[in-house]
Amino acid sequence: MRIERHPILTFRRGRRVKFFFNGQEVEAREGETIAMALYAAGIRDLSKSQKFHRPRGLFCAIGKCSSCLLTVDGIPNVRTCIIPVKEGMRVEASEGNPRLADNVPPPKKFMEPETHRTDLLVIGGGPAGLQAAIHAADMGARVTVLDEAPMLGGQLVKQTHKFFGKRQLHAGVRGIKIAEMLIEEVRRRGIEIFSRTSAVGLFPSGEEKVVDAVEAERYLHRFTARAVLVATGAMERYLPFPGADLPGVYGAGAVQTLMNTYGILPGERVLIVGAGNVGLILAYQLMQAGVKVPAVVEALPRVGGYFVHAAKIRRQGVPILTRHTIVRAAGSGRVEQATVAELDERWSVIEGTEKTYDVDVVALSVGLRPSVELLQQAGCSMRFVRELAGLVPLRDRNMQTTVEGIYVAGDASGIEEATTAMLEGTIAGISAGFYLGHGDEKWQERLERARAELEEFRDGPIGREVKKGIERVLI
Amino acid sequence: MSEEWMSRGYITLEELDGVHPLPGRERLMEGPVAIPECPQEIPCTPCREICPTGAITMERVNDPPRVDYSKCIGCSLCVQICPGLAFFMVHLKEGKARVTMPYEYLPLPRRGERVRLLDRKGEVVGEGVVVMVMTRERSRGDTAVLTVEMAEELAMVVRAVEVMGDE
Repeated sequence: MRIERHPILTFRRGRRVKFFFNGQEVEAREGETIAMALYAAGIRDLSKSQKFHRPRGLFCAIGKCSSCLLTVDGIPNVRTCIIPVKEGMRVEASEGNPRLADNVPPPKKFMEPETHRTDLLVIGGGPAGLQAAIHAADMGARVTVLDEAPMLGGQLVKQTHKFFGKRQLHAGVRGIKIAEMLIEEVRRRGIEIFSRTSAVGLFPSGEEKVVDAVEAERYLHRFTARAVLVATGAMERYLPFPGADLPGVYGAGAVQTLMNTYGILPGERVLIVGAGNVGLILAYQLMQAGVKVPAVVEALPRVGGYFVHAAKIRRQGVPILTRHTIVRAAGSGRVEQATVAELDERWSVIEGTEKTYDVDVVALSVGLRPSVELLQQAGCSMRFVRELAGLVPLRDRNMQTTVEGIYVAGDASGIEEATTAMLEGTIAGISAGFYLGHGDEKWQERLERARAELEEFRDGPIGREVKKGIERVLI
Repeated sequence: MSEEWMSRGYITLEELDGVHPLPGRERLMEGPVAIPECPQEIPCTPCREICPTGAITMERVNDPPRVDYSKCIGCSLCVQICPGLAFFMVHLKEGKARVTMPYEYLPLPRRGERVRLLDRKGEVVGEGVVVMVMTRERSRGDTAVLTVEMAEELAMVVRAVEVMGDE
């Protein structure tokens, strides 16, 4: 079901197109990705697991996991959450280990990738990557941005809430609006953009870096750049429990993508697991879309997100059950019920405290982890840092990693928030600009200002934790 | 500070008064006055930046806001801009209370419409009448703002409303 009226968002939908899923005709709107269009048509069960043939649905909806892989026009293992539908497309669930069909012509540009040369290649067009691109371009660098999604903006495109911080750094403005502003700035500067393009390899080769990338799961590109910024963001953590693999158990971000980016109702009643900022904000967004939230459960004894995010859902009647966890999801082929229970001091379920809710979606907001695969593969020194929520690259004050000319910014450098991602992107972009031989004292001042702003933002109890983590990876 | 509110998701009036002393009855009768319900140290300053009289202060970006009630002119800009939807205005007038609050749901109630009144825990505590509606378009903070009239004793209790629909 598509959302028609929303207090914050207006959905501009493309023309109607038809495609086929397992031979059945499905109507979609142009601009929707395959998985989103299937969801809107009520199809949650995308494929079957190889061994036990259990139904498989979405999980991340931003191209970071393998839950929605399907065969599209003969090409297997396509991430259908990020590939837009096309008229007449044939989408099939694969049995077992799918192979490329015999009648599929080899993709053009497969053996000989299209080659491109640039100064700074930015991998990831979210808040960090776009700010870096804007600043480096202003210094005179030639900048190219890659992003796997069909649109730029990263996760800002689904953030309907107003941002915190200072007004000059867009506080009081909704994330979706900030995304529009950044995208407009990037366009105005004529920065080269490759959307639907995933970087799959980063190879430092002396002064140059080579990045291989795949466009639309089909075409190969090879970029040669003097500097690379990895701003690949994060992916959602998973929580195992009985029934956790049922279609209907989704990452919180996937629910936001469905609802806020594509205007598709995720369900009628959604249980949220995890009361960090993501879970709390999701609860509020669901209510804005007219979806019921029977509860938000949180295993910790206190809310992990901002109090004000908790207060605004609580006063609208959503219970926040701290020291509670989900014990199972159940249903035939999809989530129909979820059971939660209270935890004791030793994190064990207290018998007799189980409560069962009739819900059709369980949204997991149990944390994010940095997407660092490219940095690891490129040979950057890494370290596991609890305060930054996972394995992250060592970096200097300019956000340069241990490999000269490779920079990192945003959640890929440690989980934080979009405001800090924008500031880190500014720092990385200016630093890369200097590395490429551009910039003067004015830019040095601009760099210092971004550092001071970041320092000020992190000067609270939440930021101090992050800073403790950063100290462990600063070189 | 035990910060019990972080385990409940709502703050009690007593706790709120402990964080930031609430305005007295006399001040509430003088005219609408801004009341922040923002007890946590978070990096956020739009309320201070938008306040036209300098009534809202915070030394550092992460400090919770403090309101000098004598300087507040009841303009509601803080209610409009606050990203956390944590600012309210209260006014005691002619034996009734008027509570001004942000509202980001559909449908937006109309002026004169009766609405259900909810406390900080989301429990229904009565009914009230919407006396002012500022749409999102007219708001300086992209958030619609309502003023709701209710029984005087609910002034410091009600912090949300629910549209009744066609029941």
